[in-house]
Amino acid sequence: MSQVRIPPVLREAVGGARDLEAAGTTVSEVLADLFARYPALRDRVTADGELSPFVNVYVNGRDVRYGDGLATAVSAADQVILLPAMAGGSV
Amino acid sequence: MAAHRPPTGILTDIAAAIGNTPLVELRRLAPRPGVRLLAKIEGANPTGSVKDRIAQAMVTDALASGALRPGQAILEPSSGNTGISLAMIGARMGHPVRVVMPDNTTPERERILRAYGAEIVFSPGAEGSNGAIRMAERLAAADPELFMPFQYANPANPRAHEEGTGPEILAAVPEVDVFVAGLGTGGTLTGVGRALKAVRPGVRVVAAEPLPGEGVQGLRSLEEGYVPPVLDQSVLDDRYLVSNREAVVGARRLMAEEGIFAGVSSGAALTVALRVATEMEGGTVVVLLADAGSKYVSTGLWDRDLDTLAEEMESAVLW
Repeated sequence: MSQVRIPPVLREAVGGARDLEAAGTTVSEVLADLFARYPALRDRVTADGELSPFVNVYVNGRDVRYGDGLATAVSAADQVILLPAMAGGSV
Repeated sequence: MAAHRPPTGILTDIAAAIGNTPLVELRRLAPRPGVRLLAKIEGANPTGSVKDRIAQAMVTDALASGALRPGQAILEPSSGNTGISLAMIGARMGHPVRVVMPDNTTPERERILRAYGAEIVFSPGAEGSNGAIRMAERLAAADPELFMPFQYANPANPRAHEEGTGPEILAAVPEVDVFVAGLGTGGTLTGVGRALKAVRPGVRVVAAEPLPGEGVQGLRSLEEGYVPPVLDQSVLDDRYLVSNREAVVGARRLMAEEGIFAGVSSGAALTVALRVATEMEGGTVVVLLADAGSKYVSTGLWDRDLDTLAEEMESAVLW
């Protein structure tokens, strides 16, 4: 089971949890496991079966869009983070 | 030793001292013998940050196009650095400057902005940079006398890096393999990335992205998620999240091991540069250190207990 960090804006969809355990060997499987338990999460995180452009997913800090996308491998020791896309930085 | 600036001579004014920043080898921090790690020290710019480059470019560009009239007031959302750079340019060229800034940045920024004669409008800190952007857009829409350069969407922002920072790096280190910088507007990564890839298509451009604290994330909704128009995501090859704690550790290592006094985003960029360098067999990594440490002294970045500091940063906008 991998640990998944849920951002404040999505916690209502998962009963208020900040961190969840989820099963799966890829990002896609981990998300499917969460969607099965928290159906409201699916529409917030995906659009037409793809990641919503306003949501970023990271495995051990690396943005999966620059890896293998939803097929990015996830092991039990990995941390998955969901985050709204946003401006930031030294502006 | 490479001469980054003429060893003697007089610059025509302070704006002429922008750019041509030093590139310094980080021999003690480099994690592998075959990988050279070089830091572009943007804290050496006149106001101590990389933003001097884009402030100068945006104002020059707007004056040339007629979008900005001589003496017209400038309004900009900024967590500090861009506002301070615009205040410097404005003070020199006779433009009043008003900066919309989250109310939870550091007191140094407020003091420095006021010293340059800028006016500050505070936005709710919990809304982060996005809140400052929204408030600035409202103020600009309500007052047509204000000119907003808007660094997030102004093509002069990446162009300053495509024509300045990038060619400076290529001139000093044509064999560059990886470029790492913090992700804010995306202007640095986009502009430098384009310049490097035009000459070396295989260069990897890697972003260090802040993991915002819970307090800063709190009020943000997905629908308000904001991808800055100047960020050309096709230039990026990789993107890593860096926690506040990791960024602080990075800034402390820069100081302790290399004697480089740099800010929080520099610590984050270093963290990512070390991660990338560790995975390389050999080659050259250039990491851009966006600002000097002086605007962070009051936070206790270098001397306070790390756990306490990391916890406090959960509700602050530091980079």
